[in-house]
Amino acid sequence: MTKSAILPVESGQICKTINDFLRSLLSKKVVEAILVPVTHPAGNDIVQSLVTDPEYLEQADVLAPVLPVISARIVSAMTRLAPVSKKTAVIMRPCEMRALIELVKLQQAQLDNLVLIGMDCPGAYSLDDYQHFVAKNSSDDFVKASWQEKEDSELRAGCQICKYPIPLTADLVIGMIGIDLKKGLLLQADTEKGEQVLQELDLAVETNSKIAKQREKAVEELLAVMANKREKFFEQTGEEIGGMEKLSAIFAPCIKCHNCKTVCPVCYCRECFFDSPTFELEADKYLGLAEKRGAIRMPTDTLLFQLTRMTHIGVSCVGCGACEEACPSSIPLLKIFQLVGNSVQKLFDYVPGRNLEDELPPVAFREDELEWIGEK
Amino acid sequence: MAEEDEFEPKIIGFLCNWCTSAAADLAGTLRIQYPANLHPIRVMCSGTIDPVYLIKALLSGADAVLVGGCHPGDCHYVSGNYKARRRIAMLKEIFKTLGLDEERIWARWISASEGQEFAKMVREITEETRKQGPSPLADNWAV
Repeated sequence: MTKSAILPVESGQICKTINDFLRSLLSKKVVEAILVPVTHPAGNDIVQSLVTDPEYLEQADVLAPVLPVISARIVSAMTRLAPVSKKTAVIMRPCEMRALIELVKLQQAQLDNLVLIGMDCPGAYSLDDYQHFVAKNSSDDFVKASWQEKEDSELRAGCQICKYPIPLTADLVIGMIGIDLKKGLLLQADTEKGEQVLQELDLAVETNSKIAKQREKAVEELLAVMANKREKFFEQTGEEIGGMEKLSAIFAPCIKCHNCKTVCPVCYCRECFFDSPTFELEADKYLGLAEKRGAIRMPTDTLLFQLTRMTHIGVSCVGCGACEEACPSSIPLLKIFQLVGNSVQKLFDYVPGRNLEDELPPVAFREDELEWIGEK
Repeated sequence: MAEEDEFEPKIIGFLCNWCTSAAADLAGTLRIQYPANLHPIRVMCSGTIDPVYLIKALLSGADAVLVGGCHPGDCHYVSGNYKARRRIAMLKEIFKTLGLDEERIWARWISASEGQEFAKMVREITEETRKQGPSPLADNWAV
């Protein structure tokens, strides 16, 4: 019983259609505020903005193919201490939403009073590439060319191997896959909260509409294609990475700036172990270590930092690729974290952000599992 | 005394206070001989061991690391060892995926009364590690 409505697209203006829909949410008082990507008044940059006045939605650009900040981090910053008291919509890409679900499980965000609006994700460019793109193209053009047969190898590495380019836990889904975008977008309610919004907006709601089914089929096909791509990617990456020598070479350019940790939406600790003085030593101790080995790399513990991050967040890694984009040394972090993440997630049959019910593997346990650990 | 060129494995063990540490004590009280290759570190519970310490030990020169806890179901803090078990499984899986020696990460559940077991385990891990040779993780100054 999927309820949905159609948002008609006029003269090919897809972004405007979405903006009009968002505006109606505010003007009809369905929500009091919306967290949405907006073009910065100074130029081409996209910034996340919390909008209460519908006028400011003029510059909203939900489909701009760029991911400057993973919005789950913003929702976490807003709701960690207390949930929002007024109904607020957040419009997120699928990976952002999966990260948010992980943060809720980690008690770093609260969903009360939030309306989660997800969208079929066409992917994004890196921050640099986006600047080239936006100089000549519009988001509308980008979306119209998305999900075609052709390979878009210009997209961010994470987007190219995305497991779920569709929202999994949204109240409302802006459906675009398998749909004639010249005519209209699908607005589908996936929860009761979403159905209520459809009602309040006075849209012509259909149950199990033809277009919804059409999208469902196209999504199924796309997921199969992506799964295939991922398998190939894992095979290839598994061969590239292997052994201490290769690993040491991959992380050799790491400057331990902790950018990857700072932008990671699921790196959840309020105070990071690696910002603590745990491994800070007195000068003589460093000298002692150097004497023992002949030399030690300074600053120390670069590989330790990366391996530890893998053990801490690998199981929750949503593959957004923010780490790789933030790395000044261009270390292929997404590749490694997806490879490693995929293997630990498989171990516990866990899909980060799939739902709120599945327990986080590191805090849960079963008595009758992993019996090979500790056996003689 | 070992010959100078003979490889003596260095094993860092994180042993829980209530079971495996007590077993080590018992082994001593019973005067059971076992190799001196294990360097024990007593922790309150195997569930308190963050993988970072195991990785740190391996990158700092340990040829193997060991987590010792109470038998599953017998944790002094009810479920610490179950959580340790998941973390060790994760760490081993990550090592395997990255092509690192996951066999150098050991876990054993040994109760306070199992002094004999403890000595046997130290012998076994020492011999296994000796066979494996020096750890490639330990031998890298530039990480």
